[in-house]
Amino acid sequence: MSAAGLAPAGLAQSPPPGTAIARAPRERTSSWPLADRIGYVLCWTVGIGLCLIALAIVLFMFFKGIAYLRPSLFVQSPAPSAVQSQSGGFLDPIEGTLIVAVLGIAIAAPVGIALGTWLAEYGRPRALARSVESAIEIIAGAPSVVLALFGLLIFDKGFLGFLSQSAAGGGVYGRSFFAAGAVMAVLALPLIVASTREALTRLPDHLREASHALGRTRVTTIRRVLLPAIRADLATGMTLGIGRIIGDTAIITILLGTFLDLEPVGHAPLYGTLRGTGSTLTSYIFANSPAGEGSAPQKAYAAAFLLLLVVLALNGIVTWLSGGSDVPRDGRLSRAFRLIPYMPDMSR
Amino acid sequence: MDPLMPPPVRRIQVDRDPFVAPPRAATNGAVATAVATPPRPTRSPSAHVRERMRIESVWLAYGENWVVRDVSLPVRQGEVLAMIGASGSGKTTLLRSLNRLTEITAGAARAGQITLDGQDIHELEVNDLRRRVTMVFQQPNPFPMSIFDNVAYALAERSGRGRRRRRSPQIERAVSEALHRAGLYDEVSGDLERSALRLSGGQQQRLCIARSLAAEPEVLLLDEPCSALDPISTATIEELIVSLRDSVAIVIVTHNLQQAFRVADHVAFMHLGELVEYGTSEQVFDHPAMERTRDYISGAFG
Repeated sequence: MSAAGLAPAGLAQSPPPGTAIARAPRERTSSWPLADRIGYVLCWTVGIGLCLIALAIVLFMFFKGIAYLRPSLFVQSPAPSAVQSQSGGFLDPIEGTLIVAVLGIAIAAPVGIALGTWLAEYGRPRALARSVESAIEIIAGAPSVVLALFGLLIFDKGFLGFLSQSAAGGGVYGRSFFAAGAVMAVLALPLIVASTREALTRLPDHLREASHALGRTRVTTIRRVLLPAIRADLATGMTLGIGRIIGDTAIITILLGTFLDLEPVGHAPLYGTLRGTGSTLTSYIFANSPAGEGSAPQKAYAAAFLLLLVVLALNGIVTWLSGGSDVPRDGRLSRAFRLIPYMPDMSR
Repeated sequence: MDPLMPPPVRRIQVDRDPFVAPPRAATNGAVATAVATPPRPTRSPSAHVRERMRIESVWLAYGENWVVRDVSLPVRQGEVLAMIGASGSGKTTLLRSLNRLTEITAGAARAGQITLDGQDIHELEVNDLRRRVTMVFQQPNPFPMSIFDNVAYALAERSGRGRRRRRSPQIERAVSEALHRAGLYDEVSGDLERSALRLSGGQQQRLCIARSLAAEPEVLLLDEPCSALDPISTATIEELIVSLRDSVAIVIVTHNLQQAFRVADHVAFMHLGELVEYGTSEQVFDHPAMERTRDYISGAFG
């Protein structure tokens, strides 16, 4: 029962008017040692500087992008043309981004959640758990271009021909949405594992005990108590993973072929598309930017703007999810740190 | 009554005969003045007391450290057994061993025998045992889900699966019955879909009791269930404990001697892992046989 409920009616809510109310004065930096004051100024400078850089990027992309963004870009396929006005839109890259993200997260989410749960709840034998952790850290630290090359090595094997295009002579192309999606899953995996494991470790032990004390097995406890309790963290991990996937260029350019439009293999509707090649917004930007072929920089700006919007929206979703959970959470600072893509934990 | 004596927190209204406990004879001056327990409303003993669990020469250890040494105790339905003792006396460990929760801790070892209705609990399937001997913890620990789901979680899986099972009439009946037994129904019946974490501490603890009762256990273990609660919630829960003793055997661990005096029929005093004294509440508090019991309940240590 709250104190207010016990208080008799008519209790004064504030001191009578006219009473002198004293408040602690605001702390002044002039009383601080010099080193502290220098540090204080540095913090402000760096902080404001970072905000300015972020603002500059967003504003630059906004004005560059908005000037060239046309509704027609969303409905036209890219066309090979040296003339910018005839080179079509980025319908196919948008579809490609969607396919790769869905495919990647569909593989990474179950595997990552299972791995994170195993690490947090079982983690035995210890040696194996530690090896798994370092393996995940290696994957997290590996540049995506390395992962892409490795993926190419795997997916051009003959027995995996059904996942991409195979030539009459038995050669396998090894580049397809399947290949790109699978490697993207590897890219997103560490994020999902980390968020699952950390959220489970943060759950108090008495939840597990309470469930065991009711005669529930460990698996039931995980499935019906622990994982539902960390729903928001799981969603956060997946959103971060999606952000990582749609922002990656190396895997796409190596594993999704060089054509900008969707090139299905065979005639099966979905399977054919997934076996075939295509492009995503990132490879579209790369191909059209002054750094790539440079044939349509304006469209590259428009696509980059769109991509930036999507990533910002995903970040917003993550922040919103991190705040909207029923479980008591840690402070805002550590929540902000969790927005930084997965870093190997240095504290251990 | 001695005017310096603290007033009783709240009288427990249970069926009792119009009989006031006689003032304690000051045979032992030290005890009579030091034990600051208000006279307890005498309860008529339960009509059908029967033994549910038996603890026989039980030793318990974490690693090499024996924290419970050679304890034998009966646990009876129809009465409340309170275990008292200083921190580290092994009473919580003994309590946890009754539904084998000690086994969760790595390195736990045991000797001796604990039986439930004549059966060795170590021969029972562990989750079956824990459904028959449920436990409520010191900190209210409802699951982060709705009130309804918290209680339904404890129910044995019956007909149907998944969402369909959740809403079957049997489940709804069982949930509301458990909430009734825990005395929580009237307060929460308006919105069972509310998150359990929005309840007050005392309500959360009663929800945890409801959850434990939903499994229809034979024995209910309470590990200092009121130590995190305010006096009013504490009184409500003490009343509840007394009212439950006929339908389920109750073992309560408490640091609060007055609480033990108020709710318990039998009291076991443990010290450094040993059972020092076991007897009815009146025996242990009014005429302790052992020097150590006398010292503890008079506040000489602990």
